[in-house]
Amino acid sequence: MNTKNIMRNRWISLYVENQVGVLSKISGLFSAKSYNLESLTVGTTEDPTVSRMTIATCCDEETFEQIKKQLNRMVEVIKVIDFTDMSVYMQEILYVKVLNCDQTDKDKLFQIAQAFRAQVVDYGHYSLLLSFLQTASKNDAVIRLLKDEFKTIEVVRGGSVGIEAISMADR
Amino acid sequence: MRKITGNKLLVKALKEEGVEILFGYPGACTIDISDELYKQDYTRVILPRHEQALVHEADAYARSTGKVGVCLATSGPGATNLVTGIATANMDSVPLVCFTGQVARNLIGNDAFQEVDIIGITRSICKYGVTVRRREDLGRILKDAFYIARTGRPGPVVIDLPKDVMAELGSADYPETVNIRGYRPNSSVHIGQLKKAVKMLQKAKRPLFLAGGGVNIARANELFEKLVDITQVPVITTIMGRGAIPTNHPLFIGNIGMHGSYASNMAVSNCDVLFSIGTRFNDRITGKIHEFAPNAQIIHIDIDTASISRNIQVDVPIVADAAEAIEKMLEYVEKCGSRDWLKQIRRWNEEHPLMMREKPGVTPKKILDVINRDFSEAIVVTDVGQHQMWTTQFLELDHHKKLLTSGGLGTMGYGFPGAIGAKIGNPDATVISINGDGGFQMNIQEFATAVLEKLPLILCVFNNSYLGMVRQWQRLFYGKRYAMTELNPAKEGEEASPYRPDFVALAKSYGAYGIRVEREEDIADAFAQARSHTDAPTLIEFIIDAEELVYPMIKPGGTLEEMLMG
Repeated sequence: MNTKNIMRNRWISLYVENQVGVLSKISGLFSAKSYNLESLTVGTTEDPTVSRMTIATCCDEETFEQIKKQLNRMVEVIKVIDFTDMSVYMQEILYVKVLNCDQTDKDKLFQIAQAFRAQVVDYGHYSLLLSFLQTASKNDAVIRLLKDEFKTIEVVRGGSVGIEAISMADR
Repeated sequence: MRKITGNKLLVKALKEEGVEILFGYPGACTIDISDELYKQDYTRVILPRHEQALVHEADAYARSTGKVGVCLATSGPGATNLVTGIATANMDSVPLVCFTGQVARNLIGNDAFQEVDIIGITRSICKYGVTVRRREDLGRILKDAFYIARTGRPGPVVIDLPKDVMAELGSADYPETVNIRGYRPNSSVHIGQLKKAVKMLQKAKRPLFLAGGGVNIARANELFEKLVDITQVPVITTIMGRGAIPTNHPLFIGNIGMHGSYASNMAVSNCDVLFSIGTRFNDRITGKIHEFAPNAQIIHIDIDTASISRNIQVDVPIVADAAEAIEKMLEYVEKCGSRDWLKQIRRWNEEHPLMMREKPGVTPKKILDVINRDFSEAIVVTDVGQHQMWTTQFLELDHHKKLLTSGGLGTMGYGFPGAIGAKIGNPDATVISINGDGGFQMNIQEFATAVLEKLPLILCVFNNSYLGMVRQWQRLFYGKRYAMTELNPAKEGEEASPYRPDFVALAKSYGAYGIRVEREEDIADAFAQARSHTDAPTLIEFIIDAEELVYPMIKPGGTLEEMLMG
């Protein structure tokens, strides 16, 4: 089978100029060319003139090569790093609010929190707020589980942020 | 330190960048820039009659001179009228710097009078675009703009100038150097890859060169001809690449693509090594993508990494400027190819030569034959449609004849302003514009510009009373239902009315010359008359038959081997 056509999750770490309009230029590329965009996070770096983005996309290899080239040719893009097969640290924050809980639900939620090393960050008479910090795919799993177990949940997720492992840089 | 306004710095930058011509249309947000231009005499200002024409004029000026074309339009509608022209230049890799006025910073976002977010609007159709938000950034941004427009794969740059930033006093210095950390255009050739490519070409039994617009943009024509002469490998071109070698060269086969010649399309389908230079492999040239050059190993030289392996997977990618790569290749190449292959191509050409049915009266072929015969040098600018395809099929090009055409975006309305821009950039050249009756009306107001600038253009209108290319599709694939394509319909029960407008009378009303040609024997004479006019443009309206179609034709979505021959 041609491995080039396999759809899978892929990640890019992007250094860009910290300027007005750069975010919309990057996200505009994905919509204009019909590239999938799973998540995009952005923040300034140690150098205030530079922002760093972590982009997650699900596509085949050919499309991914195109995405990297298209990003590279943008004047505002300083550096494109393919995180897909690199040793990196990557996490996503996930908040889940579970509503309409009775005591049994709450007990169950505390167990789930323990299993996933999540934190219960807020507590009400009939609701609980959990915070998870783990990979995006583990967060996917948590959301699936909570949806099955509880009637009403409210989800917000931050998108993956990633950085190269130090052992990578040392090698 | 002496301080000057942003407006003054802009005018200074134009001089530093050698901008002798600026195409501009004024407005409230740019009135101060106009005023500064009025006070200097280095940069000449051309005033078109519509911003869309303005940007096409700057575009053709750039294509025909190799310099950066410079536009100035006001905020709001002035800026939005540039959009089509910016997209046109972007597709065909034309270096432009477009200055747009913008409302003062404290009004941005208020839906102020004549405010639009032109940087947002043009984000996906230009190479780079930015609003100058601080006076201290202006010099650097202007310097970067010209550099980005003309280097690497050239393209349009949009610089949005808020009125208050331009009025602010600041440094009078214009930077001498450019340092953009995210933009480093490729400036060398990977010799290993190039040698690999040459080896592949040398081993091939049925090698073929495919030259795209990149060869013309890099002005690599003479180098490329040398390469072809040494290797003896036959050449096909895209429409944008036509003229990469003289069309009368014995190894030139023709154009490929939707209206390419039979022999070219057969050659690309049967070659074993396709050596392509400076092309994007657009869908109009590849036909059905998975059946393009099915038997070939493909080599691709392009300055733009993103154009490589995008539409067509290539075996040997080489990121380089066409001229530099060809020059390096000349050090290694030897004669290659085989006689049988050339014979085969000739056979295809004899079986189905590029031709148009012979018939009495004025036909596109006869008009183009006269241009080929009577003009030894010219810049020919086309509009978009059937006349454009006939021109790209039959116009002979060499080092003294150039073709300018909107190939990528296919912008109707390009032909007339394009001729104006080409003439302004090349005052000594003969400029011939070829148009249909549809597209010509999209920028017909430019008669005023051409007459006032005293430009002796030869403006041909192939008048068949239809939007002919769409009509051709309707004729062939839509059961002759000519929806929305008839430009001069007769009302029920009435005889056909005279064509509106009367092109000849219209030309005259502007102070231009006008000739209508309805007989074959008048074609050459009309051109001779037009040539004798030195003070104003001449319109020649050729009345042609709407049943004249462009052949061969590949059905949209078909493969290159399935051609309708007419």
